[in-house]
Amino acid sequence: MLIYDFYRSVRDSARDLLPIVIVIGVFQLLILKQPIPNLGQIALGTLMIVLGLTLFIRGLEIALFPVGEALAYGLARKGSLFWLMVFSLALGFGTTVAEPALIAIANEAAEIAAKGGAIANNESTRSDYAFGLRLTVASSVGIAVLLGVLRILKGWPIQWFIIAGYLGVVIMTPFAPPQIIGIAYDSGGVTTSTVTVPLLTALGVGLASTIRGRNPMIDGFGLIALASLTPIMFVMGYGMIIHA
Amino acid sequence: MLDTLITGLWQTLLKTIWDVLPIAFALFSFQVWILRQPIPNPGRTLLGFIYVLLGLTFFLEGLETALFSLGELMARQLTDPVFLYGDSAVPEQPYWSDYLWVYVFGAAIGFATTIAEPALIAVALKASAVSGGTITVWGLRIAVAIGVAIGIGVGTFRIVTGTPLHWYIMAGYVIVVIQTGFAPRAIVPLAYDSGGVTTSTVTVPLIAALGLGLASTIAGRSPLLDGFGLIAFASLFPMITVMGYAQIGEWRAKQIRQHQIRQTQELD
Repeated sequence: MLIYDFYRSVRDSARDLLPIVIVIGVFQLLILKQPIPNLGQIALGTLMIVLGLTLFIRGLEIALFPVGEALAYGLARKGSLFWLMVFSLALGFGTTVAEPALIAIANEAAEIAAKGGAIANNESTRSDYAFGLRLTVASSVGIAVLLGVLRILKGWPIQWFIIAGYLGVVIMTPFAPPQIIGIAYDSGGVTTSTVTVPLLTALGVGLASTIRGRNPMIDGFGLIALASLTPIMFVMGYGMIIHA
Repeated sequence: MLDTLITGLWQTLLKTIWDVLPIAFALFSFQVWILRQPIPNPGRTLLGFIYVLLGLTFFLEGLETALFSLGELMARQLTDPVFLYGDSAVPEQPYWSDYLWVYVFGAAIGFATTIAEPALIAVALKASAVSGGTITVWGLRIAVAIGVAIGIGVGTFRIVTGTPLHWYIMAGYVIVVIQTGFAPRAIVPLAYDSGGVTTSTVTVPLIAALGLGLASTIAGRSPLLDGFGLIAFASLFPMITVMGYAQIGEWRAKQIRQHQIRQTQELD
């Protein structure tokens, strides 16, 4: 039974990866008319991706989802708004500050600012700028998760938050330095990692399932949306302060 | 070869542990100190976390070994003037249609990587469970993947034409806001979430490579300024397609209901 389950998971993961293999194969062989380089290495890498995806999804089902939901249930049952808010803030900040994609984007942004003459072009200034940007984004995600949890508790519609956020972005864009706009818009997409997403989903759905009068489908989702939107405004704000 | 692989896997495992550590610490410290409750099924939970760590390690190392270098190479090949113009002279100002294969590749790789995105699989599983199967795992994944494909197609077009990023993003926002008013209420939060979910482990590095590759080879484009923005496109369009997916589903259900009513009336 266990072996069959594992086989089925591997088969599903292989099927998930098939579109990438097809796209790369078709483009490389038919359009670019180039041989696929290092075929053995690519085959090995593909096997590792399939195995990794299989293990990750299994771990998701037996650990991340249950832990997230158990925490949501425990915090809701404890009935302490303070601790729920502290947890939301800590989870949002803690999961984002160490996010590899964010570190990469922050370093890239520091490079741009230095080359554009907005900051001094030396290692220490660039490092400070990148770290400041990371703290800004992590704080914004912490606040976003806190707001999202509060929204679930109160039953407020998500669209008002999102539309207000969009308005904020639209208003801030003309005032933000041009070199920060692309980075700001991108920063929203890099804050939600492979581990954060399942946890936030489980937390939101768990809370909405526990609180009377909340619908897990309507109230449970939306945490990730807020965590993706707030960094855009915060990064533009950071750019406006730094580049002023 | 084997030595390099083992070293790579080991380094990736350490890096993954380091990335997951703050999350695990936050979760377990709250469970033990604030809620003062034992960790449910500690053995099973620990095994699950080991699976997650090993899974991410193999996944990331596999991406590094197989996909990223090849993706970057293909982005370079597709934007190479020799591929685009052959022996003819490279024009001073590129015409948008010269880069047709780039848009197609961007859209295709966007679709394909999104299908394999672990974060999206996680949300789709949860959405399917919560909706009682009304939202299918594959339905959601394909709707999101189509959104990313359109987003990257449009995003690469923007880099080629050099038009300002915020025009597109604001236009997208307007569509999302209007669509929100017409989409089924239950899908809206999930649609909003799907924007943030798509840009994760697989998609971000490949999209970034494509954007920077394009901006580096096109005359008058700055990789530092124009190279950014593709991730924003990949985050925006899935919201539109997921709401669209729900709207089409609702419309089809309505058609079926009307058809059934007509059949009943004819029988009467």
